[in-house]
Amino acid sequence: MSTAPGLPIQAGRSGAVIRADFFQRFLAFGALIVLILFFQVWCVLIGTNFLTFENFVNILVATAVVGVLALGETFVVVTGGIDLSVGTVMTISMVMTAVAITSQHLPVPVGILIGVLTGGLMGLANGVLIARFRIAPFIATLGILNVARGLSLVITQTRPIYFAGDNGFQTGVMGNLFGVKLSGEFGIPIIAIIMFAAALFAAFLLGKTVLGRYTFALGSNEEAARLSGVNVANWKMLVYVVCGLFAGLAGVLSAARLGSAQPATGFGYELSAISAVVIGGTSLSGGEGTILGTIIGAFIVYVLTYGLQFVNVAQEWQIVVTGGVLIAAVYIDNLRRRQRA
Amino acid sequence: MANKRLLALATVAVFALSACSSAAATPTTAPAATQAPAAATAAAPTMNANATPVAGKPYISIVSKGFQHQFWQAVKKGAEDEAATEGATVNFIGPNTEADVQPQLDMLSAELAKKPAALCFAALDSKAAGPILQKFQDAKIPVIAFDSGVDSTIPLTTVATDNVAAAALAADKMAAAIGGSGKVGVIIHDQTSRTGIDRTTGFLNEMKAKYPNITIIGPQYGGGDVAKSADLAKSMIAANPDIKGFFGGNEGSIEGVLNAVNELHLNGKVTLIGYDSGQPQLDAINSGTEIGAITQNPIGIGAQCVVYAMKAIKGDTSFGKTVDTGFMWYDKTNINDAKIQAVLYK
Repeated sequence: MSTAPGLPIQAGRSGAVIRADFFQRFLAFGALIVLILFFQVWCVLIGTNFLTFENFVNILVATAVVGVLALGETFVVVTGGIDLSVGTVMTISMVMTAVAITSQHLPVPVGILIGVLTGGLMGLANGVLIARFRIAPFIATLGILNVARGLSLVITQTRPIYFAGDNGFQTGVMGNLFGVKLSGEFGIPIIAIIMFAAALFAAFLLGKTVLGRYTFALGSNEEAARLSGVNVANWKMLVYVVCGLFAGLAGVLSAARLGSAQPATGFGYELSAISAVVIGGTSLSGGEGTILGTIIGAFIVYVLTYGLQFVNVAQEWQIVVTGGVLIAAVYIDNLRRRQRA
Repeated sequence: MANKRLLALATVAVFALSACSSAAATPTTAPAATQAPAAATAAAPTMNANATPVAGKPYISIVSKGFQHQFWQAVKKGAEDEAATEGATVNFIGPNTEADVQPQLDMLSAELAKKPAALCFAALDSKAAGPILQKFQDAKIPVIAFDSGVDSTIPLTTVATDNVAAAALAADKMAAAIGGSGKVGVIIHDQTSRTGIDRTTGFLNEMKAKYPNITIIGPQYGGGDVAKSADLAKSMIAANPDIKGFFGGNEGSIEGVLNAVNELHLNGKVTLIGYDSGQPQLDAINSGTEIGAITQNPIGIGAQCVVYAMKAIKGDTSFGKTVDTGFMWYDKTNINDAKIQAVLYK
């Protein structure tokens, strides 16, 4: 999936890349299974049960927003860039959705569209700064992070915006897909279904389209891509727009979950999203990565967060462990690449 | 190559294992019991020497607005001490920052899955938790709100400080200290939380009703951030050189005012009144820079949460919708009284 047929620079590597992909997936997926079993053993030791449908649903819901953020982030990281703004771009999208639906009284689908497009617009700003003005991604997106964060506060006058009454938005996103609720417990929340649908779409974009091929090409060797006639600046901008659109969708989901737009939230989510991408095996130096890996990475982050709370580990230590797992993941990523070199 | 990769995978697993078990082995506070009272004995794992669960002990989830600030640590201590006397187990948790509305919802979900005997909850957003609280009610788990109210009828009661009355007392003290006339700057943490609204209202209404010769500058909102509050105070002083006093509405707000006054060398020239405690404020009161402050009773808030949760667990819900945990004025003269010292934190 990460090969880029049609680009000579990739041809010689494709075999190794495919093999690396396999191990990358196996590694992340294996780590997720180990983690779940680990918590199950711990829970049995303290007389409870981790493998319950309720825990499964709670983890799905907790993962959804950052999972969607991480999907967009994957594209950027594969190009060898980074987008620090996704968390607060999510916030401003949430705010714009709320403004559209509440104070402008627009229909819910229009509000959702406005939220997603706001994300895309912020992504375009990132793309222009990076591809046209040649500002390093780290700095450009750090700037947009603050612009989005500040604008959210300005637009809302620092107050949360609540969705008045039930307009079907919140119940629609948070409701269950299968209207039939077995024993009042079973049912997959729609927010999780949306995350999986978005993941399928992202996998299609990255794996089956020209955009995906050029995303990998930019990350593998930007100069070679340029020499083979790729309009590097335009494709790079598009990648940041895609990332922004996913952040916009995450904002819509977040608004639905909270029943409101919270202007102060979102800052820090970018780090969870980047963690998910990296734990999922996408290389920070660009050129390789998978959507499946990212989704698994997001689940690893949230199984860890949820699990540690479920077994009552002190919060101070939860933070330490989460940091440690990230470092371990990056170390393994390095190890893998050194072997290949 | 494959071997090395497997090795790497094992490294992750081992890392996670060792990190987690060492976490539980440290004598930190979170107890390891996750069972509801009905649950049978838990085989107490050796690593939880500090909080071995006992069969039949009710498990009370306490989801707070934070855990890092000393105020929340004091609430936690109050809850844990009370739980020890009443024979309950508590798990006190809260999100990393007060902007983490969504992580707080995840915490509530995880606690609900543990089927606690009761929930004590301090909402970051008064509405966002509505649907999850409904699930607690459906599961017949009593909910006690604390610190700030929830926009819902589900909590049986709200355990909190009467902040309106407390801020009014601060206004009286300010008026007395400055002779009933002049300009007073007001710096509050925010205009959205229950505590921010109540303290602003309490202070301003008291001034308006009783002291017509006092002019209020502000209120301005510094997010409880020391640096931001300091900047606000400085600009107020620059615009009003004749300002006579400041009221800081929480720990961070008054610390900011103290910084501003120190930087401008105005110590003793303006009358400062604060809220809560914390080392810088205690030092300023001892040195005379700040004339005094309102202290809430965080330990009492924690203790009363558990008291009312236990009542509800035992089926007694014949109590009012609010529980006032009280507040006290403290200054140089009584700061060392045992009664005051018991509720102050550093």
